[in-house]
Parts: sequence; C-alpha cells; structure tokens
Amino acid sequence: MSAIRPDYSRPLDFKGGRVEMSHGAGGRAMAQLINELFAKAFDNPYLAQGNDGALLPPASGRLVMSTDSHVVSPLFFAGGDIGCLSVHGTINDVAMMGAAPLYLSAAFILEEGFRLSELKRIVESMARAAKDAGVFIVTGDTKVVEKGKGDGVFITTTAVGVIRDGITLSGDLAQAGDKILLSGSIGDHGMAVLSQRENMTFDAPITSDTAALHTLVAAMLDSGAKLRVLRDPTRGGLATTLNEIAKQSGAGMMLQESSIRVNGPVDAACEFLGLDPLYVANEGKLVAICAPEDADRLLEVMRAHPLGRESAVIGEVREDAHGFVQMITRLGGRRIVDWLAGEQLPRIC
Amino acid sequence: MKYVDEFRDGELAKHIAARIAHEASPLKTYRLMEFCGGHTHAISRYGLSDLLPDNVRLIHGPGCPVCVLPTGRVDQAIRLARMPGVILCTYADTMRVPASGKLTLMRAKAEGADVRMIYSTQDVLKIARDNPQREVVFFAIGFETTTPPTAVAVKQAAAEGLKNFSILCNHVLTPAAMHAILEGGVALDGFIGPAHVSTIIGSQPYEVFATEYGQPVVIAGFEPLDVMQAILLLIRQINDRRAEVENEFTRAVTREGNLKAQALVDEVFEVRDAFEWRGLGSVPHSALKLREEFAGYDAEQRFGIEYVAVPDHKGCECAAILRGEKRPQQCRIFGTVCTPENPVGSCMVSSEGACAAHYSYGRFREDAK
Ligand code: SF4
Repeated sequence: MSAIRPDYSRPLDFKGGRVEMSHGAGGRAMAQLINELFAKAFDNPYLAQGNDGALLPPASGRLVMSTDSHVVSPLFFAGGDIGCLSVHGTINDVAMMGAAPLYLSAAFILEEGFRLSELKRIVESMARAAKDAGVFIVTGDTKVVEKGKGDGVFITTTAVGVIRDGITLSGDLAQAGDKILLSGSIGDHGMAVLSQRENMTFDAPITSDTAALHTLVAAMLDSGAKLRVLRDPTRGGLATTLNEIAKQSGAGMMLQESSIRVNGPVDAACEFLGLDPLYVANEGKLVAICAPEDADRLLEVMRAHPLGRESAVIGEVREDAHGFVQMITRLGGRRIVDWLAGEQLPRIC
Repeated sequence: MKYVDEFRDGELAKHIAARIAHEASPLKTYRLMEFCGGHTHAISRYGLSDLLPDNVRLIHGPGCPVCVLPTGRVDQAIRLARMPGVILCTYADTMRVPASGKLTLMRAKAEGADVRMIYSTQDVLKIARDNPQREVVFFAIGFETTTPPTAVAVKQAAAEGLKNFSILCNHVLTPAAMHAILEGGVALDGFIGPAHVSTIIGSQPYEVFATEYGQPVVIAGFEPLDVMQAILLLIRQINDRRAEVENEFTRAVTREGNLKAQALVDEVFEVRDAFEWRGLGSVPHSALKLREEFAGYDAEQRFGIEYVAVPDHKGCECAAILRGEKRPQQCRIFGTVCTPENPVGSCMVSSEGACAAHYSYGRFREDAK
C-alpha cells in the first residue's frame, strides 16, 4: 500500500459518501481511502512500511499459503459479514493444513457507488477478526469497477502460515478404520445467508457460524492424536468435503445421520427451501479424520474448546473400491451421500 | 432439539419395521407402488427399503411431474422460447429435461432464448407486468397440487387485463394415470397414495381403485415414518383380503379434499379428451386445458404451435420405469451415459425421478453385488 502523504484534503465522508472511480485510480483519492480507512483499521508495522510489498521476518518452519475470494450476498448477515468471513475463511484454509496463520493480504474490488459507511463497517470487521485471531493484514490492493459490474464489494484474501515439524495432514491419508469427527452443527452459515436473502423469519434466528478455527486446530495438534486429515466443510457442505477426502484417499465412508447435528431452525429452513443440510456451507466447522485409537482423546480435546463444544464422532472410513460415502439414516436405512448434482446453490461464501 | 426427534424417529421406525416383518407373510410377495415422486424421494433418501423384508417390494410410480412430460412437450416449450419477443417462465427442474436434438430449456437459454426460472406463478405475472412489450409464457406443469396456483394466475391476469401473459398448459391428473397403470397390466398389490395431491382432491377419487380393481390404497404423508406406516397398513389390508382407501395422512387430507381449490380449478380448466404421457402413452381424460372463456391465455392457440409426438431416446427405459415394469438399474445406460449431471431420460432429472433417486441415494446396492 502506498504511503503518499496527501496535502490537506477534506476527510472522507464515511456517513453519506460513496465509492467513486477515482478511489481505485492510483491518485490522491485512492491514497486517502487507504490512509483513512485501511491503514487505520489494519494498523500494524508491516503494513506501515508502505512499500509495494511487505517485508516479513524469517519463518521458523515450512510455509503454508492459501487464497480465497469472497462474494457473499447479502454482505451483512446474522452472525457476520463479508469482512470477517474473508478473514476467517482464509485463516481456516491454512489452519486445515496444520499451520499457524501469521499474515494475510487483502484485495478489494469495489463497485462504484458503494456506500463508504458500509465499506467502513466491513473493513473494521476484518480488522477485528484479524486482531482476534492474532494475524496481521500486511498488504493489500483496491480496485474500483463501474457501477453494475460488481456486487458492492468482492474481497480476496491470502494467508500465510507456518507449520511445525512432524505435522503432515493431507486429504489422501484417510485409512480404513479411521474415525471421522465433526466439530459441531452443520448448515448454519449457508442458511443464515439464504434465509436472510429469502426474507424468511423463524422463531429462533439462524446465525452464521463464521469463526477462525486455528486455535481449535492447535489444541487438536497438541493432543498428540494421530490426525490424518483436517478440512473445513465450506461451499458444498459436509457431503462435498467428505466425498473429496474419500476420492483422494481411495476409500469409502460410513456415517451415522443421528450423530450429525443440525440445529432446529436450520433444519426447518432447509425443509422449506428443499435443501439438504449436508450440502449447505459452514464457515466455522471442521472435519477431522484420525486413527481409531485416538478418537476419544481427540474428541475430548475438541469438546474442551469453545468452538468444538458440540463435536462428535460421525462415522468411519472403510474400504470401498467405489469410494462411496454412505450413511445410516435416522430411520435406520442406508443411503449414499453423493456429490452435489445439478445447480450450485446461490453465492453464500 | 433435533437430536431427540431423530432418536424418536429412529425408534419408531424400528418399531414399525418390526411389525412389518412380523405381519408380512413369507409366503406372499407384496408389490406396492408409491405413486408420488415425493415418496420415491423419501424412500431413497432414508434408505427405507433396508427396513423392509425382501418380499415387500416398492415399485416407483409415475408421480413425478417432469418425468411424465413427453419430449414433444418440452420441444414445444423450446420452440416457444425461441420465438422473438417471448419470455418463457418455468419451474427449475423443467429446465433440465432432455428434448429433441440434445436440447434442454437450459441449453436453449444459453443459446440466447429468454428462459426464466420462477418459484411461483406470481413471479410470472410480475415479469409480464414489468415487460409489457414482451410475450410472457408460463410453461405450466404438474399434478393437482400445482394446478390451483396456475388457475389463480390466469384469473388474476384476466382481472387485470394482462394481455401479454399466456400458459402452455401441461397440468395432468393423478387418478387418470393410476387407471392407465392398472390397465397396463403391471402386477400390483396396492398403492401408497399421494400426499400433497390428496390434500387437494381428497381421498374419494381413489375409491374406484379399491372397489373396481381390488387395490388397497393408503394415502400417506411425505415423512419417512408416514411411508413406513402406510406400508404396514397396506400389508394388513392385503393379508385380510381387504381393498379399501385408508388415510394415514389425516393431518392434511379429508375425503372431499380442498373444495375451494377444486372449484377454482374447475372454473378455469376443463378436462382434455386425451393427453400424451411419457411412458403411459396417450391417456384419455388425463390432463387439463383452459376453458373456452380463458382460451385467450392458451399459448398453444395464441402462437399456433402444434404438439408433435416424439419417440424417446432409444436406450432410455423411462417409459417402462414409469409404468412400473422396470427398475432404473435395468436400463443399460444408467449411471454411465445417463447421470444426474447429464440426464438422457426425464427420470434422471429431478430428485423425485426414480433414476435420479436411485443414482443419488441407492446405487451402492448394485455395486456391492
Ligand atoms: S437411466 Fe436415464 S436413460 Fe435410463 S431409464 Fe433412467 S432416465 Fe432413462
């Protein structure tokens, strides 16, 4: 980010002002937006260097890097907004590798006419999420597209983390007999966003589960349990994540529907919209696959963490040449939990 | 809390399954047709056949709106959609039903036709109001449940004087299809009767199947426990040599049905002499068309598009599946050429279709063999 110090100009109008093309044009207006909004909110020594890139200290281990673009609509939803979501989502991707996240970059594509007040709310939410997670947003970029060519704001974040020696997690390491653990209820994020969009109201509101999971992961790694795979079941939901792992590992799975938690209002909203919660996005849950003898120990550690209180063993990995993910339904029958067929759900993450 | 419900459901299901196993005579086979796609979906989604003894067999019926739509009808919709100035509106699943020449409405849309997916007929009216210079056609499909909303829309359009709205009417009738199935000669021992359709038409229209064809009918809701309970009631009727219409879904279905909805439909529609169904062929008195006084809203007349019957894809067994004669896995291209991503036949399109339901939920059964 630039460190141009503009001569005095009127401060940005965060009450009634809107994004203009000039805010992405590289001139004074852009510098002002960066200084008065981004630099102020994200405030940290790396960002303050003010060069084209952030110069970071040497890391003490292998590096993990992951990137994710966020295009959620609506931008604000119960339990979060696109800002904290874009921080949590990318931190989680790095955390699922077993790494401790350190730095983030953030790139914004703003639509001309977008309210500065909303942008400010989003940026401040990002700053808070990063601070809570102990991660620095060290570099960034802003572009503005003409009105009608964006959807308010799109945010791309990249995270870098470091992984300590001896940890190897990968989607192809699941073995027959391994246990599958899930850190809590499913479908909360997707249905929070969708129900807001569809203007559905329920007795109990549906709140997104968006959260940074790296401290939960750290506790799990510290437990010494033989962890093989960690994944966060975001877009495509639990079903998609498990199918990906099954495919990568060349194994099948057998799940117990009764151990997969779905909150009442989420279930009702899914029913209403004809959706299966197994395919609905989560933003604060993880799936862990571990050696069977360590499952109890791991479960205990997960339940002791605030983000894993409702953790459960939901099934196990088994030999299956077809790589089918199957489930004993709550009625006691068997079914396949297949890849999602047909249309994608609307944009929710 | 959901947990508790699930536990209870599981316990209850086990209890009903035990009764079924106890009461079903090992000397008999019980061939039960679930007419509705909603039941097909529930059965597959919850793996209910695993809870039944081998001699209790469920046969999928034709009650899946997009499944029974013949190719020629989708062709007609595509022809309409491609006319300059036309906006064609339809429900989501209809967009993916295969038509002639490897087309679907979805593909026609990608090639430039203005096809819009809608959730309710009110959406169609709104599109018509917002686009007075365009012709807005609703590709209306479905059984008795989707007919009343179409009737409401037509009446509303008439009241508003909305001139640029019309419908391509493909509303069909459940009892006529059940007649056709029974006349077709498939060996059946009873029907699991429709849930939502019956809330509209009531239980009375099924009585003829009990009295004249000796077929027990149990109307059931779409919850998996409803289906289990209906199976038990059917087995009891069969064991007692009774043939009656029983209503498991009393929380929503009466003998007379929804008289208001029936009157509304009757005001707007009349029965066609015959209508072609996929699988069942031309079935007399099995579908609806607009009454004379609403004929101005009939897209077939307004745009002069004739229905042309088209044979199904050669390899596709949808016809036999819809008649209850074959199972999805007996189709040679099931799961290979024909998958939910690339459906060849209509039964692979919607999750209520027999092939899609079996593919998505049950195909481990063959592969295990
Ligand atoms: S598998 Fe496909 S082609 Fe075969 S019967 Fe089913 S829908 Fe038709």
